[in-house]
Amino acid sequence: MIAFVLQRLAQAVVVMLAVALVAFSLFRYVGDPVINMVGQDTPEEERIRIREQLALDQPVVVQYFRFVQQIVSGNFGTSLRTGIPIGQLMAERLPATLELAIVAGIFALAVGLPMGVYTGLYPRSRLSNAFLTLSLLGVSLPTFLIGIMLILFFSVMLGLLPSFGRGDVVHLGPWSTGLLSASGLQSLIMPAITLGMFQLALIMRLVRAEMLEVLRTDYIKFARARGLTNRAVNFGHALKNTLIPVITIVGLQLGALIAFSIITESVFQWPGMGLLFLQAVQFADIPVMAIYLVLIGFLFVLINLIVDLLYYVVDPRLRVDVRAGRGG
Amino acid sequence: MVAQRLNAILDSDLWWSFTRSKVVVGAAIVTLLLFVAALIAPWISLQDPWDPGALQLINSRNPPVWIEGGTWEFPLGTDNQGRDMYSAILYGLRVSLVVGFLAVIFAMVLGILLGLASGYLGGMTDTVIMRVADVQLTFPAILIALLIGGIVRGVMTPADFEAVAVYVLVLSIGLSQWVQFARTVRGQTLVEKNKEYVQAARVIGLPARLIMLRHVLPNVMGPVLVIATINLAVAILTEATLSFLGVGVPATRPSLGTLIQIGNGFLFSGEWWIVIFPGITMAILVLAVNLLGDWLRDALNPKLR
Repeated sequence: MIAFVLQRLAQAVVVMLAVALVAFSLFRYVGDPVINMVGQDTPEEERIRIREQLALDQPVVVQYFRFVQQIVSGNFGTSLRTGIPIGQLMAERLPATLELAIVAGIFALAVGLPMGVYTGLYPRSRLSNAFLTLSLLGVSLPTFLIGIMLILFFSVMLGLLPSFGRGDVVHLGPWSTGLLSASGLQSLIMPAITLGMFQLALIMRLVRAEMLEVLRTDYIKFARARGLTNRAVNFGHALKNTLIPVITIVGLQLGALIAFSIITESVFQWPGMGLLFLQAVQFADIPVMAIYLVLIGFLFVLINLIVDLLYYVVDPRLRVDVRAGRGG
Repeated sequence: MVAQRLNAILDSDLWWSFTRSKVVVGAAIVTLLLFVAALIAPWISLQDPWDPGALQLINSRNPPVWIEGGTWEFPLGTDNQGRDMYSAILYGLRVSLVVGFLAVIFAMVLGILLGLASGYLGGMTDTVIMRVADVQLTFPAILIALLIGGIVRGVMTPADFEAVAVYVLVLSIGLSQWVQFARTVRGQTLVEKNKEYVQAARVIGLPARLIMLRHVLPNVMGPVLVIATINLAVAILTEATLSFLGVGVPATRPSLGTLIQIGNGFLFSGEWWIVIFPGITMAILVLAVNLLGDWLRDALNPKLR
């Protein structure tokens, strides 16, 4: 167990260093890093002083490790476009994105899982076919199109839901939440559905496929032969064993949700990190792009790590096969 | 050799499973129709939407023909610059398909070369290529495509960027997709390289380059084609998404995604047709290609036979 954890931790650190290397190259070689740090209005003497202070005359390897050290200590530099420290920008935007991603994830899971179980148990029923068609649409329709359709229907035609922004937010210390006000909750509905739709379809198809597979196995037949109720067989035996891959996918998809929120945030003008990144790309605001990359990379690596460890806890087979399973 | 294999496939299971499913045949027909429509767009469109001289602002934001105020001159209405939506969609389809195909071909070539090298040569080459692939897989493709676009934007002036925007798009979507090809090809190559025909080729002293390209490559192409089909849908979606986000093709030569983005600005003023028609076209295209890809994957999967 300890060896497994240490090995995964080491992998995570290597990936993070690689991501930091990409971010560092961005920061160092695209544009002038001094201007990236302090903005264009700084006088020449000041820039020279910063250049020395940043040790830009030092070997590249030293510079890289200083870059990593700065990020680890929470010094992210300044946005080119707005002149605001990036740490502050991110801290303002992070709660919006996290709330959106988590609510979308819960929505996808709460709807996708029952739909998947149903289509797995009754593959020939008409409702199952309807669910499957819906999931095909969910996979095929681009996220932004789903968002636009929702806006067209619920905001323009029916005038029921707000089409942009977060509504009123309540500040709880450094965290701003839209979950505690009526307009905040209303504003959250359409973006969460838009963002969660793809995941919903994915979870449903996955659960269905797993259920179909598990229901064919011998231990299910044996459980039926023992005279257990349908409920005990379907939920106690079958569903439980389909959950292992579901945990992995759901975990990994949480990272994807945060990344894909770029599109949803753009459609609904949701003031999160994705919108910030998008503006950075449009204005070639390299420092913000670099830091966003590092932060998203960190979130992904963290989620992967947790999922790996969770997998290890849930699936006893892994404990034996750790070495055999690698290197493929 | 390839033609022979193709013939053998068409004669056998694949063709049979194709004709068996109505949905798949339908998807194939729809895909073909859209491809042909994009190909002959200049001949079946009503105006050239890429020619600013042909657009007249007087005609801007006309409704479709079946709504009051619409004319047969613009059957699906016009956008804010007086572009005929029907013609714009045909040309947009063209841009979307061209970018999608080029991106997948680029990703395929890059992925095959790196995958072959990784699998056949092994050692350090393998380690380096696969670790890069691992790190890249940590991030979703759309993020990588956005990032590459952003970097190029940072290096070039806006005017220069406009001129090469399409190529940058192909490059960034292609680079975001090569990993899947490389991993599949590597896995297949590892299996093939220990077979006797490869050993024989090695014994007669052929250079590694020739063995990889002439002997191993033809035998790993099956799964590559499946991935290519599925990735075509993904590439089209990625292009549309990037264009929608305003970092794709320039608005002077709009793709379907660009058209949807333009239409998005007129949702609240009531001009729904600017966004709906390109949106439906996009949805049908991706759905059809996805259905074909799903079917191809199942049909070629030996486990499901």
